[in-house]
Amino acid sequence: MPEVWIPTTMQSLTGGQHRVQVEGRTVRQVINNLEQVYPGVKAILYDEEEDDLQAGVAVIVDGEASQIGLLERVQETSEVHFLPAIGGG
Amino acid sequence: MLDYKPNIVLSNDDQEYKVIGTRPVRPDGADKVTGKASYSADINLPGMLFGKMLRSPHAHAVIKSIDTSKAEALPGVRAVVTSADILKPSGRASELAEGAMVNYKFLSNNVLADGKALYKGHAIAAVAAASPHVAEEALKLIEVDYEVLTPVMDAKEAMKEDAPLVHERLAGLTTAAIRAGGVLDDDDPTKGTNIANHFEFKLGDPDEGFAQADVIVEKEVSTVAVHQGYIEPHSGTAQWHEDGSLTVWSSSQGQFTVRDYTARLVGIPVSKVRAIPMEIGGGFGAKLTMYMEPVAALLARKAGAPVKMSMSRTEVFEASGPTSGTYISVKLGATKEGKITAATSTLIFEAGAFPGSPVPGGAQCMMSAYDIPNAYIEGYDVVVNRPKTSAYRAPGSPAAAFAMETAIDEVCEKIGMDPIEFRLLNSSKEGTRRVTGPLMPRVGFIETLEAAKAHPHYSEPLEGPYRGRGVASGFWGNNTGPSSAVALVHPDGKISLTEGSPDIGGTRASVSQQMAEVLGIPVEDINPTVGDTDSIGFTSNTGGSGVTFKTGFAAYTAAQDIKQQMIERAAKLWEVTTDDVEYVDGALQHKSDPELRLTFQQMAARQTPTGGPIVGSAGVNPPGAGPAIGTHIVDLEVDPDTGKVTILRYTALQDAGKAIHPSYVEGQIQGGVAQGIGWALNEEYFINDQGHMVNSSYLDYRMPTSLDLPMIDTVIVEVANPNHPYGVRGVGEVCIVPPMAAISNALYDAIGVRLNSLPMNPGSVLEALWSKDNGGA
Repeated sequence: MPEVWIPTTMQSLTGGQHRVQVEGRTVRQVINNLEQVYPGVKAILYDEEEDDLQAGVAVIVDGEASQIGLLERVQETSEVHFLPAIGGG
Repeated sequence: MLDYKPNIVLSNDDQEYKVIGTRPVRPDGADKVTGKASYSADINLPGMLFGKMLRSPHAHAVIKSIDTSKAEALPGVRAVVTSADILKPSGRASELAEGAMVNYKFLSNNVLADGKALYKGHAIAAVAAASPHVAEEALKLIEVDYEVLTPVMDAKEAMKEDAPLVHERLAGLTTAAIRAGGVLDDDDPTKGTNIANHFEFKLGDPDEGFAQADVIVEKEVSTVAVHQGYIEPHSGTAQWHEDGSLTVWSSSQGQFTVRDYTARLVGIPVSKVRAIPMEIGGGFGAKLTMYMEPVAALLARKAGAPVKMSMSRTEVFEASGPTSGTYISVKLGATKEGKITAATSTLIFEAGAFPGSPVPGGAQCMMSAYDIPNAYIEGYDVVVNRPKTSAYRAPGSPAAAFAMETAIDEVCEKIGMDPIEFRLLNSSKEGTRRVTGPLMPRVGFIETLEAAKAHPHYSEPLEGPYRGRGVASGFWGNNTGPSSAVALVHPDGKISLTEGSPDIGGTRASVSQQMAEVLGIPVEDINPTVGDTDSIGFTSNTGGSGVTFKTGFAAYTAAQDIKQQMIERAAKLWEVTTDDVEYVDGALQHKSDPELRLTFQQMAARQTPTGGPIVGSAGVNPPGAGPAIGTHIVDLEVDPDTGKVTILRYTALQDAGKAIHPSYVEGQIQGGVAQGIGWALNEEYFINDQGHMVNSSYLDYRMPTSLDLPMIDTVIVEVANPNHPYGVRGVGEVCIVPPMAAISNALYDAIGVRLNSLPMNPGSVLEALWSKDNGGA
């Protein structure tokens, strides 16, 4: 199963766990499945009105910042990170 | 041993290219140096009016009332607007491309103050008149009743419980990565705060890591606000059309951002706004946002005539976006053999009057160059009564590196280890776990360090009193994003290439070179143009060092499209299948019949009879921009009588992935270093006790000139980015990350005192010397 690294400020929602494994073949599925186990996670990561990641949240799958967010494919062995998006200059 | 000639390129790429890696003259160069290029303020339209902005004389004040009646009555005045005229969207953040985001409520409030003036220079009202002088006279007739409040100018002060609140209803975010800030709901009883965001990263067990350390260094550094210092002030012109559409001319780092922001704040669909990108006289991140365009549009709508607005230099300083002042504490532990065991850091960044400092960038970059098993980083985004900060080259990373790289120097001194050897021992490489979690992709930190170690600058003795040498490294993540390119093939074999990225640093050339390489034609046969929002597909901002990567990728893809179309045309012409045709060295040829051959130019001439115009196009959103890393070596000399620091020699080594146009890579590196030297030694916003900037001109804001700087030598190290067809990684930002730390380390080597606050100006250096003489060092 993909391994999701939980941002430090969200670990109160996962009982202090900083890495959890959840099913999912896309980032969207991973977030939905996270929500099943750890209610409250989805509201932080997902913008229902825009049907997109929350503004300012970047998802990194296997070391690369995704350009397609929720649609990004996730492998069985993938690492998924949610980090503050960084704007360039 | 390698002969390090000035500005050398060290490549691990054995691929032979015809155009990539060459140094053609940039297509826009001659017009720019002969004054023919058109910048935003060059626009003049029939019947055009001139807009001027009334700005707050106070750093913090309630706007009790605004009376514009006398200004409106002045002959020649055609329109006056205040915040009552601008849309005030909700306070939720919206995503833009490539990591950028915006809170439109805050954007609207920054463009025209609503209820409160939040910094000296905050826009209060605007006038459009037949001449700029009449507009200025009219500003004096606008009566504003202020209730002056106590400003809070410093982030640490603003974090205190009893600090004046910049926004009474600002929500303090701690759960998500939203740096655009949020607003409390009306029925939420929570008290507002100046701390817009607080976030943390943790890896391993820092306490355990420090327990394993033989030496621990703890320090705090501070930096003050500095400006990007671009030559061209902000300017925008707006004209409405009979069908309700709007044309906007401006100099920006993203015409699509101009389009989107303007549309949102004047209340029309984006498809009704045509944003035309003019040439840009510098941006460095500060022209990713905007100030004038929506106001010009509002005035133009009221007046029924086009309106141009341009900032003065003082307005640029007081009312555009400098970078943050910061406080950064760092604790670093290592073994006596030089292995880092743990590191922690707290970063406090001023955001200015609205949330959104670059603290996420600082936090995510400061330790990324190193393999650190145990670490903790926290960041605070704090609002204060200063202009809203905007991006400045590698936003956040330079200040963070000032803390981290000087701490490393202190550790090296304690354990008696060479600073480059220390960095080699701890360097991040492909697969290293970053403190923020993800694994590091391929990057050439080791290669740049090896090049630095071997460079004669590093081994050449530096003799004489008050002279010192310093080393520092820097990391920046680089960005990518959506980009578009359209290429029209002319019958004479030339190409008109329209691309969506405003050209700040020679990217017309670097993008064209990638197209030329694919097609095997001279780059001079390609005429690149930056398209407006109606003539090219969406392209994310010119920022994040991303253009040569993403728009180069678009040009590469569009060229492949042309190539494929030409193969199909040749197959049709020769009555063979496309499998029989190949495209080699700028020509189409039959794979087995050498008689059947057409050059690109010959095929271009036969477009019409073979099927019509050939147009290559691409819309891409390529992942994997690849991070950038650099190491700098600086020699300097201190005048012990005046405290003046003279840079004697500077060498900057940087992984460029692949230097498409080495001269422009060198230019980026040298420019970043020059700005970093200014940031290190002289530049600062002098703010008085009323919160007013008192040095808002280039006479008093001390940027380095050519007389202050030596030749800045560059070493381009090429470790190809595997995610780009030519190995490109961004180059424009990481070069500003190491200079402040490298200079601070060199100053310590020269005078034996650590200067931990920027700028390290003559007064600070003298105080440090006197402190040392008094036994304080």
